[in-house]
Amino acid sequence: MSDPSPAARWSSPEMRARLQQRHSAERRFRRLGLAAIGVALLALAALLASIVGNGSSAFVRTRIALDVRFDPELLGPLGDLPPAEREVRASDVDWGVLVRDALTREFPDVSGRRDLRSLQALVSTGARSLLRTRVLEDPSVIGQTLRLWVPAGSNVDALEKGQIPRDPEADGARFSAQELGWIASLEERGLLDRGFDWAFLSSGDSREAELAGVGGAIVGSLLTLLVTLGVAFPLGVAAAVYLEEFAPHNRWTDLIEVNINNLAAVPSIVFGLLGLAVFLNTLALPRSAPLVGGLTLALMTLPTIIIAGRSAIQAVPPSIREAARGLGASPLQVVAHHVLPLALPGILTGTIIGMARALGETAPLLMIGMVAFVVDIPGGFADAATALPVQIYLWADTPERGFVEKVSGAIMVLLAFLILMNGTAIWLRQKFERRW
Amino acid sequence: MTAVSGAGALWALRAIGPVFAARVAVERATRVALQACAAVAILVTLGIVSSLLFESVRFFRSVPVSDFVLGLQWSPQTALRADQVGSSGAFGAVPVFAGTLLVTAIAMSVAVPVGLMAAIYLAFYAGRRTRAVAKPALEVLAGIPTVVYGFFAALVAAPTVRRVGEALGLDVASESALAAGLVMGVMIIPFVSSLSDDAITAVPQSLRDGAFGLGATRSETIRQVIVPAALPGIVGACLLAVSRAVGETMIVVMAAGLAANLTANPLEAVTTVTVQIVALLTGDQEFDSPKTLSAFALGLVLFVVTLALNLVALRVVRHFRERYE
Amino acid sequence: MTMPARSPEPVERPERGGLERSAPAPGAKMSARGVSVTYDTTLAVREVDLDILLGEVTALIGPSGCGKSTLLRCFNRMNDDIPGCRVTGEIRLDSDPIYGSGLDVVQLRARVGMVFQKPNPFPKSLYDNVAYGPRIHGLATRRAKLDEIVERSLVRAGLWEEVKDRLQEPGTALSGGQQQRLCIARAIAVDPEVILMDEPCSALDPIATAKVEELIHGLRGSYAIAIVTHNMQQAARVSQRTAFFHLGELVEYGSTAEIFTNPRVQRTSDYITGRYG
Repeated sequence: MSDPSPAARWSSPEMRARLQQRHSAERRFRRLGLAAIGVALLALAALLASIVGNGSSAFVRTRIALDVRFDPELLGPLGDLPPAEREVRASDVDWGVLVRDALTREFPDVSGRRDLRSLQALVSTGARSLLRTRVLEDPSVIGQTLRLWVPAGSNVDALEKGQIPRDPEADGARFSAQELGWIASLEERGLLDRGFDWAFLSSGDSREAELAGVGGAIVGSLLTLLVTLGVAFPLGVAAAVYLEEFAPHNRWTDLIEVNINNLAAVPSIVFGLLGLAVFLNTLALPRSAPLVGGLTLALMTLPTIIIAGRSAIQAVPPSIREAARGLGASPLQVVAHHVLPLALPGILTGTIIGMARALGETAPLLMIGMVAFVVDIPGGFADAATALPVQIYLWADTPERGFVEKVSGAIMVLLAFLILMNGTAIWLRQKFERRW
Repeated sequence: MTAVSGAGALWALRAIGPVFAARVAVERATRVALQACAAVAILVTLGIVSSLLFESVRFFRSVPVSDFVLGLQWSPQTALRADQVGSSGAFGAVPVFAGTLLVTAIAMSVAVPVGLMAAIYLAFYAGRRTRAVAKPALEVLAGIPTVVYGFFAALVAAPTVRRVGEALGLDVASESALAAGLVMGVMIIPFVSSLSDDAITAVPQSLRDGAFGLGATRSETIRQVIVPAALPGIVGACLLAVSRAVGETMIVVMAAGLAANLTANPLEAVTTVTVQIVALLTGDQEFDSPKTLSAFALGLVLFVVTLALNLVALRVVRHFRERYE
Repeated sequence: MTMPARSPEPVERPERGGLERSAPAPGAKMSARGVSVTYDTTLAVREVDLDILLGEVTALIGPSGCGKSTLLRCFNRMNDDIPGCRVTGEIRLDSDPIYGSGLDVVQLRARVGMVFQKPNPFPKSLYDNVAYGPRIHGLATRRAKLDEIVERSLVRAGLWEEVKDRLQEPGTALSGGQQQRLCIARAIAVDPEVILMDEPCSALDPIATAKVEELIHGLRGSYAIAIVTHNMQQAARVSQRTAFFHLGELVEYGSTAEIFTNPRVQRTSDYITGRYG
């Protein structure tokens, strides 16, 4: 050994300095790693905060109570008509008159055309269809005066949510002092309130921000996913069963396997192009329908289900198959009676995760035309519909202020569904997946 | 007695016979049906390739391939208005490709460092509590639909980038490539992180032991032994992430623009392949015009590029895995 | 802590069959006193006293799973990285306690080198494998000095002649036996004082094993070597001192000749004669 003792050698000033340096480098590296995690967490927090911050107000809406007099002179003959004709005649009625009438009774000293129009603007135009629906459902109200809660106009709603200032002079103020006085008066008299907006979840799209809801989009997404599930699940499971249990190991099956892995990584917009070219153009299926959307998404989800199915089937130990075979079961019976039931939790988990991804997909649906402005809740698979993520996209494109909170609210609804689905998949996995 | 048993045997045979034959026939039919289902995967790929090729070929009859691939001017809208369908330069896709490249580069410059360092920290330094928070957070980031990212980019990221840029005295477009790229980068972080984690944990523990046994600190071991050993897997992860970024649609549709701008400046607005495909195909137009067909040509390029990236990535990762198994 | 001065000869103790808890023997490079290791709640090593002497090979033998490797890894604090692992007792390197704020772990591991069961060369060139230790510890700043260290280490590991023309080839391109000798060269390159070997030949064929044993024989003059082996014949061939472990306890510790020909404890002789394995 060299002359100075090893301990002395290792604790020489140069050695000690170098050691310090190395330990500092270690600390810096560690801090860098922590910072990276911090960046990811910060981004997530910012995203969620802005969504929830903007969106929670979408679930609240302002209402105004009106004493509506269903004027028999205006509505007259409607009560006596048969329902079908009643509906047709109802469109000829100017329901806004009833609203104006109720408002002027609350504020009798308002006069002049301009003032009256501002007063009427406090109430949403949706109030009219509400009154119309009431009369159509129950014609006996004609001649009565009822107190009804109708949606307030989007500006009043924004005011109540603090989105526009109360000071008429302030930047961004939308109301004159007079209008603010009316609103305050309504509040004092208990004719203005805020409550949970169930209509947001049940009604369809609308040009008016305060009336727009995600109901149509939710139903559209549901129908689309049903088609996706109905096509991709049987096909996917069948393919997985074939590839794992029956396929000989040759180049043909290798090709299929490579194919599936590649399809799983193809951008979703390409599937949209495929859907456009094949389903809409060649097969001339109805545009904008959940049927087409579902088929396109099914093609996209198929590889995921096949891959998940294969790994679930692979996880079933060969001993079970041998035991069944030894008892005389045919290969198909082995699969149907033994392998599939045991692989089912894994297959279901993979399917739910695939469906959750399909729920959030927008690009393919844009390609096959689910971008239309659809007001009615779709009734069937061939009706024009929109899906939740597409609705989000459309609203995000709309410049009106009121839609910002609607988009965020719709995103919250979408995220809620995704949490539900992924949570179910995780629960399934933990509860049922056995370790052999 | 013999006659009775003989008759009984015959009867028994007949009873099993048809059932047995039916069972075999059903089995065979089912097997064929299953095989057909598996072949659907090939059908889908064939469908994609053939529909893209078919429409692209029709497109290339009006616009030569060289113009498309090398041309520097992309303005499909004006081409039709001025009735200059075959005019050169109207369908030059280079600015579109460049836009995709720019946004992808920005996204990767965020996702790779953050994703890789996050994976390293979680694999080598994080305690149980950190891991319990960070791993689910990364999974949530991965599960958020891209339309939500797009909305966030348009509502928050783009204005913030604009404001910061203006405070620094820079001229920032309202739909800058930087904003879209940053948000796309965040979206890809969990992707890079999870694939890198696979690559890193595939490196055998014995190498780690060998380095520690020599007196290396943890960061020295990671930087000089583990990461070089895991490099092929990490490179594969990055290639797959690039493929994902190139094919991403909603973030760029909502936060990047339509202006086909050939630039390397992240503060300007650019357009990407996916944005153009959406812009050209949504809205009413006849299906056969060169405008809509150009979308298919773009789609073909997109499909080929992402396929190539995926195949190379898979090759790299497989080659790497063979080294350790 | 002052201890009554005692002669270093082993005192007969049926339960521990080895040294009484006393001051380390002269020539002891490393000494362990009362070392116990627990993994979460399981006790893996119980109250061990052991010395590793300079110029000697100390073999740790015993049936598998009885804590030999665990104890070995205490000497270079490799157990620090295992979560839930707790080490109590005292281990000293040249009278400096290694668990304590005095000695830096990173330097300890340079002074106390380790060779593992399965050869684990880095996926780098042969040169870079051997040069790795000196590089990180800053033992050679100039290329010439580094070349010298690499050559010296490979020579001492008996590998130089075989690889001197292909130093840029990857370390993983060598055969199993050569890889293990490379790992030994790598450990020697940082000029350690102690070399710990954890079943270094169990993954090698007999010829490679013989070469490594020959190497150990040549190295023992300059280093204090401790080797864990489940191969009794190897322990008999290679070591001067032997410690027999059973179920985490040090059953008997003494000169190799004595342990193998005339063990004092019944359990030891049962193991040696193959009554259990």
